Amino acid sequence: MSTSKWTADFLSRLGTEITVAQIDVPSITLWQIESHAWQRFAELAVQQNLRWAAGWAEQVQSLFLINACFEKQGEYVLLRTLLDDSNPELPSQATVYPAANRSERHTQDMFGIKFIGHPDNRRWTRHQAWTENSYPLRKDFPVKGTPVGITAPDIHYPFIKSHGAGTYEIPVGPVHAGIIEPGHFRFQAVGELILNLEERLGYVHKGIEKIAEGRTPESLARLAGRVSGDTTVGHCWAACMAMEQAAGVEIPPRAALIRGILAERERVANHMGDIGAICNDVAFVFAQMQFTRLRELWLRTNATVFGHRLLMDQIVPGGVVCDLSDASCSLIKKEIAELRTELAEVILALDLNTSLEDRLYTAGFLSEQTAAAFGTLGYVGRASGQDFDVRRDAPYAPYDRVMVKVALENQGDIASRVWVRYKEIRTALRLIGEFIDRLVDGDIRTEWQMPAAGSEGLGIVEGWRGEIISHIRFDADNKIARFYPRDPSQLNWAALEKLVLNNIVPDFPVCNKSLNGSYSGNDL
Amino acid sequence: MNWLIAVLQTTLFVALAPLLAGWVKCCKCRLQNRKAPSIFQPYRDLLKLTYKQPVVSEQASWVFIKAPYIIFSATVLAATVVPLIAVDLPTSASADVIVMVGFFAFARFFLALAGLDIGTAFGGMGSSREMTISSLAEPAMLMAIFTLTMTASTTNLSFAISHVLNEGLVLRPSFVFALAALVLVAIAETGRIPVDNPATHLELTMIHEAMILEYSGRHLALIEWASQLKLMLYGVLIANIFLPWGIAESFGVQALGYGLLAIMGKLAVLAVFLAIAETLVAKMRLFRVQEYLSFAYLLGLLGMLSHIILEAAR
Repeated sequence: MSTSKWTADFLSRLGTEITVAQIDVPSITLWQIESHAWQRFAELAVQQNLRWAAGWAEQVQSLFLINACFEKQGEYVLLRTLLDDSNPELPSQATVYPAANRSERHTQDMFGIKFIGHPDNRRWTRHQAWTENSYPLRKDFPVKGTPVGITAPDIHYPFIKSHGAGTYEIPVGPVHAGIIEPGHFRFQAVGELILNLEERLGYVHKGIEKIAEGRTPESLARLAGRVSGDTTVGHCWAACMAMEQAAGVEIPPRAALIRGILAERERVANHMGDIGAICNDVAFVFAQMQFTRLRELWLRTNATVFGHRLLMDQIVPGGVVCDLSDASCSLIKKEIAELRTELAEVILALDLNTSLEDRLYTAGFLSEQTAAAFGTLGYVGRASGQDFDVRRDAPYAPYDRVMVKVALENQGDIASRVWVRYKEIRTALRLIGEFIDRLVDGDIRTEWQMPAAGSEGLGIVEGWRGEIISHIRFDADNKIARFYPRDPSQLNWAALEKLVLNNIVPDFPVCNKSLNGSYSGNDL
Repeated sequence: MNWLIAVLQTTLFVALAPLLAGWVKCCKCRLQNRKAPSIFQPYRDLLKLTYKQPVVSEQASWVFIKAPYIIFSATVLAATVVPLIAVDLPTSASADVIVMVGFFAFARFFLALAGLDIGTAFGGMGSSREMTISSLAEPAMLMAIFTLTMTASTTNLSFAISHVLNEGLVLRPSFVFALAALVLVAIAETGRIPVDNPATHLELTMIHEAMILEYSGRHLALIEWASQLKLMLYGVLIANIFLPWGIAESFGVQALGYGLLAIMGKLAVLAVFLAIAETLVAKMRLFRVQEYLSFAYLLGLLGMLSHIILEAAR
C-alpha cells in the first residue's frame, strides 16, 4: 500500500509529539511507536476521524507486540508498540475509542497485559478454569491447559445493577429456547422499557487463537473456516490472504474470481436467512418460510457445484480447490435469474405489509454518531450511514476490476438493516454474474512457497457481516506463530447494547436479529 | 336425559378442542407453503406429555403444582355454560355468560399466580403482561355480550341463542359491531397473532407461553389442553351467538347429530379465517395491544348504542 495523502498529513501532525518508526513490511503500512504514546496516538487519531478497526497482541520471545489497526478512506495503518514481558502495561485506547473496549479486555485476559485507565476493567473472555497468573495466549501456557477437576460456577461476575422502585432485572440465556448460539443478556427494565442491557459473551470460546499456533498453512485455513460457521468463506479468505501476503504468493486470476463468487454466494445465503428470521421474530412466518425455501435452494446449488452447502474449505492457501465448469456457470446464471424474479415478489409482499412496517420502522434505532463511535461494520453500519465497504474502498482481487455499489441507508432502524440486506443481495447477484463472465482460463491454485520466519500478513476482506481483519505471523518451518481473526461482530455486538435502549423488552429479539452478531466469531 | 346430553356436550367440547387446534395449525402450514402435520398431532402431543415425568422447581409452592388442575377444571366448567350442539340444556340454564367470564378470570388468576410462583423473570413478565391485557379485554368482551343480552333480554346464553333463532335472519347493526368486538377480544384472549404468538420460541416476546415456561409433563398437557379448549370456546361463542342455525333445539339423535355437524363445519370455517389472518399480519408491538383492545371496547360500545338508538325503540 502506498502512503496516501492522509497518512502523510497525519504523520506530519504527529511530528514532534510521537516518534513514528515506519517499518518496512510488504503490503502493510506499519507504524511503530513508544508504548507511553499509545493513548496519545488514539487521541490524535480520533480528531482526524481515523476509524479504530482492530486490536490484538502477540508474544515474540520476551517481547509483547501490541497492535491496533486504523482505517481512513480505505487506507489501513497498523500501529504497533513493543512491551517488555517483565511488567507489561500501557495506556488504554478505549478511553478514546469505545470500539477498543472489549478488545483490550480480551488482550488483558489472554496475555496479562494491563491497560491503564481502561474505563471498564472487568474480565471479558477470562474463564474460571485459568488460575490467577496464567494467561492462555502466552507461549508458556500449554495448549491443553491445566485442567484441575470441575470448574467452579461463574456466579460472581459484577454485572451493572439498578436500584429503585419498579426497576427489575431480566437474565436471559446463555441457553436460549431457540436453536441459536449461547450468550447471556442482562436487562435492567422498568415496566417494559429497557433501561440498560449488558452482554456477557464468551460461552463459545474455543481457543481458536491458541490452537492456531504451530499449524501448517493448509490446516490454519481449515481452522479459519471454523471461526464462525456462517462466515466460513469470509474468514478462510481473510486468513489465506494474510498467509499469501506473508509468503509473497500471488493467486491466479481465475482463483480470485472463484473466491469472489464463493464470498458473494455466502452473502446472499446469509442475507436471505436473516431477512426471513427478522420477519419470524415479529411472527410474520410467511416471509420466513419463503426466504428459508429460497435459501435452501441456493444452498443445494452450492452442494451441487462446490460439493459443500456452506462452502467450507473451498479456499486454500494459494487459490481454491474447486473449479467451475461451464455447466456449473450456466446453472448458477439460471438460478440467479430465477431468484431475482422470486425475490422481487416476496420483497413486495414484505414492503406492502403495514403490520410489518409498524414493527420494523423506527424500532432498534442506531444513530450515525453511535454507529461511528463503535465502528460498526457491514449492514449495521451501512444502515446508519456508515459509508464503508472494503470491496469498494480498499479493493482486492477480484473486486478491483468491478464496480461495487454500496447499499446505504441512514434511518438506522431495523427496516433500514433489512433494506440494506436486500440491496446487498441484488448487488451480490450482479457481481456473481460479472465474475462468471470474466472467468479466465488458467490454474486455480499456485504452488505454496515457504515464508520466512517472522514474516507477517494482514488479510482484510468484506465478509457478509462486514470487514474481516485477519493477522498472521509465521514461525520457522512454515508454521503459524500467531493468528488473530477480527470478526465484524466484535464491533457490532457493542452497538446492540446502545440500539436497544428506549425500546421495550419484547422488541429485543427482533433488534438482536436485525444485527445478528456471531457469538462464535466474537468469542474465538 | 337432559343431564346426560349436557355431560355429552361437555365431553365433546373437551374431546374436540385439540382437533380444532390441529386444524388451525394445518391451515396455517398450508398457507405458509409448508407440509402440514396431521390434524391429530395435538392429541399425540398431549399423550406424549402425559407419559413424561413433570419436572418441578425446588422453589415451587402448592400453587404451581395445583394450578394446572384448577385451570383445566375452570375451563371445562366454562365450557358447560356454552351451548355447543344443543340449547336448553340444564347446565347452561343454571349459569349465565357472566359466570363463564368469571370462570375464565378464575383460571387466569391461577395461571398468573403460577407464573409468579417459581420466581423466574419470564414467569413474572408473562403474568404481568397477561393481567394488563385481560384487564383491557374483559370490559370489551362484556360490552359485546351486553349488546347481545340486551337484544335477547337475558344474560343466559342458551335463551339468547334461542331468541336469535326464533327471530330469524334479521340484520342488526348492533350485532355486526358486537361480532367484530368479540372477534378482536377472542384473538387477544386466546393468545393468537397479532397479540401473542403461540408458536414462538422467543422468551422475551411471550405472554401466555412465558407464564407456562416452567411447566412440563402432565402439568403442561393440562394447560395446553385448557388453552385449546379456550380457543374452541371462543369459536363456539362466536359461531353460535351470531350464526346459531343448525344447533339442536330438541334432543333427538338426528337433531343432535346435525347440531354436531353444523358446529364442526362452522368452527372449521372460522379456523380457516383465523389461519388466514395469522398469516397476513405480523404481531403488533406490545404497547399497541391497548389501542387494539380499546378499539374492541369502542366497537362493543357502538354496538350497544346502535341497539339502543336503532333497535330498542321498535
